Amino acid sequence: MAAMSETMLKRTPFYDFHVQAGGRMVDFAGWEMPILYKSISGEHTQCRTSGALFDVSHMGRIHFTGKDALKLLDTVCTRKLVDAVVGQSRYSLVCNEAGGILDDVIVSRDAKHWLMVCNASNRDKILAHVKAVRSQKDFDCDIADQTESTAMIAVQGPKVMEKLAGVLPEDPRELKRYHFTTVNLILMKITVFRSGYTGEDGVELVLPKGAAGMAMKMLAGSLNKENATIAPAGLGARDTLRTEAGMPLYGHELSENIDPISAGLGWAVDLTKPFIGQPAIKAIADAGPTRKLVGLEITGQRIARPGSPVMASGKVIGEVTSGTLSPTLGKSLAMAYVDSAHAGVGLSLEIDLKGTMLPATVVKLPFYKRPA
Amino acid sequence: MSTPPSDRKFLKSHEWHLPKGADVVEIGITQVAADELTDVTYVKLPAVGSAVTAGKPFGEIESVKATSDLYSGVTGTVTEINEGINNDPGVVNRDPYAGGWMIRVKVSSSGPDLLPIAEYLKVIGA
Repeated sequence: MAAMSETMLKRTPFYDFHVQAGGRMVDFAGWEMPILYKSISGEHTQCRTSGALFDVSHMGRIHFTGKDALKLLDTVCTRKLVDAVVGQSRYSLVCNEAGGILDDVIVSRDAKHWLMVCNASNRDKILAHVKAVRSQKDFDCDIADQTESTAMIAVQGPKVMEKLAGVLPEDPRELKRYHFTTVNLILMKITVFRSGYTGEDGVELVLPKGAAGMAMKMLAGSLNKENATIAPAGLGARDTLRTEAGMPLYGHELSENIDPISAGLGWAVDLTKPFIGQPAIKAIADAGPTRKLVGLEITGQRIARPGSPVMASGKVIGEVTSGTLSPTLGKSLAMAYVDSAHAGVGLSLEIDLKGTMLPATVVKLPFYKRPA
Repeated sequence: MSTPPSDRKFLKSHEWHLPKGADVVEIGITQVAADELTDVTYVKLPAVGSAVTAGKPFGEIESVKATSDLYSGVTGTVTEINEGINNDPGVVNRDPYAGGWMIRVKVSSSGPDLLPIAEYLKVIGA
């Protein structure tokens, strides 16, 4: 067990809650976050069958205001934003000139501002990037990092929408997917987004930092009770849930060396509008990507790790980016980049796990889709 | 945290070694290690009859979170392995000091790094 420096780590407004709930705290992108409370697979199953609550306050929250806010966002985001209406969110990539992914983000249009939620690990990079673009293009836009003045939680699972309908002043079931609304709860302004990173239905909530404790009591007053509908879950379960749902994670499936087309995220790219990286990404889309992100189902119960080579006929043709033993499906699953010739669903490949060859089959992503 | 049993010796890397008769030890991992790994999914063990060396890995343990080497504190020959462990790898988390045992070794020599319980408690800050 490596000794961990606990100095300099940031804490979210829910830190005390995590410690009281028995969370095992780890360094995640410079934040002291719970990897788990009791067990990763238990918290995973809690989310798939009932409801789980995740502290995602470490994620970056950046506000854009001013007359050129939309122009700036439209320049840095791959996704078309001009036709987004107030109350709508869109998943997008932010790329460099070469088409490499700087981050994946969710951009939301509110009445007076735009909100970009980015990965904790990329917050400084994205802030620097958007400020640089603002200067270059002389955009009139105020950029405010609100990460540490607000808190954010995700409440996910098949039973959470009904439960939250009884807590929030507006029924969140009225919200369409990737839409949001702002509600007043006692003295708190809470923004409720119908989105998430687990493959389940649910919401993500942004609230003022000072209201975090009260919100937690209201939303999950009975959290430590056995058989609670909604129970806290850590980043470990968040990772296994998103892997089953085939959702990419920055630093694994996404990086500055990967373009959106290879990552299977062409749907989040609008090549008909200009944006940073558009010419490079268009060239890749026109020529067809040389590698593709695929799902792999592995025979046996061993877990493929990021960096493990993927082999075909004794030759390295790819590399694993994420792997887990799926608690829901009971199978060893992985995501990997492979040469396009080997990306066909049904093809047999092998994963070289430190010399042990694991037989694997290319399968369609996502591995798990919630029942309709 | 449950206190590790005092009837065995430990490596800093959290493997316990329990004497079983004159020259056999049973090896497993401590609760601290099992908790740190989180849900164990697979344990790769050596074949019966193979040699293990003090200070060297004898196998690997995988969890949802990570893969780690398993170290031996003794040199000798594997006489028995916990055959059933991969039918229920969670036994390592639930019962690390008994049901979650991994290998039994006929010891030819004991390594220098085995710690008595008091020393191991210092390692884990208990």
